Amino acid sequence: MIVMKNIRKTYRVARRNAGFGEAVKSFFHRDYETVTALDNVSFAIQDGETVGYIGPNGAGKSTTIKILSGILTPDSGECLVDGRTPWKNRIEHVAKIGVVFGQRSQLWWDVPVADSFELLKDIYSIPPETYRRNKDELTELLDLGEILKTPARQLSLGQRMRCELAASLLHSPDILFLDEPTIGLDAVSKIAVREFIVKLNQERKTTVILTTHDMQDIEAITKRIILIGKGRILLDGGVSDISGNGNIDHTVAELYRSYEI
Amino acid sequence: MMKSIPRKKPFKTPAVRLYFHYISIQIRCMMQYKKSFILTTLGQFLASFNAFVGIYFMFRRFHSIAGYTYSDVLLCFSLISMEFSLAECAARGFDRFSHLVRQGTFDRIMTRPRNEILQVLGNNFELTRLGRTVQAIIIFFYGISQADIDWSFMKVITVVITILCGAAVFSGIFLINAALCFFTLEGLEVVNIFTDGARQYGEYPIDVYGKRMVKFCTFIIPYALVQLYPVKYLTGRSDSLLYALIPLAALLFLLPCYALWRYGVRKYKSSGS
Amino acid sequence: MQGYSDVNKLKKYVSFFRLRFVMGLQYRTAAFAGIATQFAWGFMEITVFHAFNNTDPAAFPMGFGQLASYVWMQQAFLALFMTWFMENEIFDSIMDGNICYELCRPIDIYDMWFARSVANRSSRALLRCVPILLVAFLLPEPYGMMLPKDFNAFGCFLISTMLAMTVTISMCMLVYMLSFFTVSPQGLRLIFSMTAEILQGIVIPIPFFPPRVRQILELLPFASMENVPLRIYSGHISGGEAAKAMLLQIFWILVLIAIGKLICRRAMKKVTVQGG
Repeated sequence: MIVMKNIRKTYRVARRNAGFGEAVKSFFHRDYETVTALDNVSFAIQDGETVGYIGPNGAGKSTTIKILSGILTPDSGECLVDGRTPWKNRIEHVAKIGVVFGQRSQLWWDVPVADSFELLKDIYSIPPETYRRNKDELTELLDLGEILKTPARQLSLGQRMRCELAASLLHSPDILFLDEPTIGLDAVSKIAVREFIVKLNQERKTTVILTTHDMQDIEAITKRIILIGKGRILLDGGVSDISGNGNIDHTVAELYRSYEI
Repeated sequence: MMKSIPRKKPFKTPAVRLYFHYISIQIRCMMQYKKSFILTTLGQFLASFNAFVGIYFMFRRFHSIAGYTYSDVLLCFSLISMEFSLAECAARGFDRFSHLVRQGTFDRIMTRPRNEILQVLGNNFELTRLGRTVQAIIIFFYGISQADIDWSFMKVITVVITILCGAAVFSGIFLINAALCFFTLEGLEVVNIFTDGARQYGEYPIDVYGKRMVKFCTFIIPYALVQLYPVKYLTGRSDSLLYALIPLAALLFLLPCYALWRYGVRKYKSSGS
Repeated sequence: MQGYSDVNKLKKYVSFFRLRFVMGLQYRTAAFAGIATQFAWGFMEITVFHAFNNTDPAAFPMGFGQLASYVWMQQAFLALFMTWFMENEIFDSIMDGNICYELCRPIDIYDMWFARSVANRSSRALLRCVPILLVAFLLPEPYGMMLPKDFNAFGCFLISTMLAMTVTISMCMLVYMLSFFTVSPQGLRLIFSMTAEILQGIVIPIPFFPPRVRQILELLPFASMENVPLRIYSGHISGGEAAKAMLLQIFWILVLIAIGKLICRRAMKKVTVQGG
């Protein structure tokens, strides 16, 4: 179970006005501006839930994901993921989660994907049996067969994303964070990715937290939406409650407008 | 007896095995670009060869510098080259650390259940730097064939620990360079003085640069401990066992380097940039 | 039309120069760090030569003040003469095929990259040279820098500096152009700059080589880079010798540009036929 309670995160940003004089002045004295990325964020996610985490760019989505995955320490507030505080014991925590950053690759570029998997096996210290079982299962579900023998740099975006998903699941994590997993994919690949995530959640009961700008991802995968804007949770509810019978894209655009974010 | 103790912690791949797994992947990657690999290794070899040519011609003209002979200088040169190239092979990841941070690779590293340093090193092993090591080994043997060193078991030990500890000192500087990336991405060029600069000017015994430099390189950044003092012992200028073993003291330098790194990682976790 | 396009080119060059200059100003910390680094380098260099000079002053091939000036000038104008100072952007565009976009523009690619290099190098050198020279003049013996011997020498120095930069850039252009034909531009670049480093007189100034070697080196295009202006400035060569060296610079510029343009034409053919 994931619990976030009154999480607050601010960044200090150096501020400088344009102009030569200002440039010289800032050399001796810098003004800092505090930007609040997360302001009193609280929510709870049960085991096996699928949650869509949405909001415009800069709303605080990736800050939240980074806190939950142990990369960032918040200023204040409590956060427990299956009883662990992510930033306090990073190594213990990340052994039990999987993270996919849609815009970046975790595969080694110039070797066959299977070689990357082998290395991940050692990084996560996956017992040989578990590794074999997971690899076979993921290979079948994601239809990776021949792809595993190809170097990552020669894969299409869709093929690569399927491999990324498999790579993040080899160590059977309890929770999977997906940061824009369908970005830039063609229609066929998008559907394949969505179907896989749904299946994964149903069969393994993996908790899935997904950020995306594609509302069809939300409709296909998640049952619950958390909407964040300007660092605050604005809305937390079931997908069907929000979209009603109308078009979800329009509904979300309407929401963004009504909250002025 | 050992086996009867119940294992509380789950199995964990040994760090050394993981490191070699990383290296084997890196080598497989490089072999995809064989021509590029050969050219770059050759370039590294040439870089170090240039320095040798410089020394060679200077000594054809001057024959000695501050009481040191040609072969003394070659000894210094090859020790520093080997130390530097080994450090570069292993710790290259720290040298390019700002790239890792900017590309988000460090975020990825943080989401994996292993030590950060191990992952940074493993991700960036650089085999092409061996071009310099090969050169250093050749010059080392050329240098000692020119000099009349009375070899003893202790001297062989001194050579080995000097090279290993020297590589550790250079790695420490690389680590500092990487740690500084957590605080600023500008102005890191200064660190070059202590990496490339030390390599380049470390080809002459450090006392050539005066007493103050020797003090600095003894107490602040311990280059003298892995160059000047062991060389004095090796060339018979001193019989002191202290000079033979002093390179080991240079390892202390790694402590503040590591502390700065930890501090940097903590800062990264709180600012995320 | 010809006149118009020349004006246009000049405009492009000027705007590129301004862009680079302002960019350089913005990264002040980086600039200070660079200058500090170069000072350290200069000091160490001069100290080594000083130690050699103390060992055997008779063997020193130039006055020590001349050597100090040589070293400081080298540091001050590093950006003009270093062959490793090439643009990664250009290499990248060759490697990933983005060069196609450049080909769409109504401008000769050789000329464009040439102008870009001039802007890049001169703006950087201008930013760095002032503080370095200022301090170098104030330093005490034996580290300090000398003024040029007379106005004539200074004029010759300025002209041959321009020529030297042009030689350096035309050399680098060859590397860019050859990159179209290799799988490893970075390897090519490394080998080229390492060769240049020793032949150009960066490792040790050319007068420190034995006379025979030196005679050969002085004829090569590499010696037409920093070697000529720095030695003219320090007064190590002057009069007829200086004039000869400058003529040789001009000769190499013509030859290198001719070869560069030839390879450029070949490269363009290759790109348009194979699609990059």
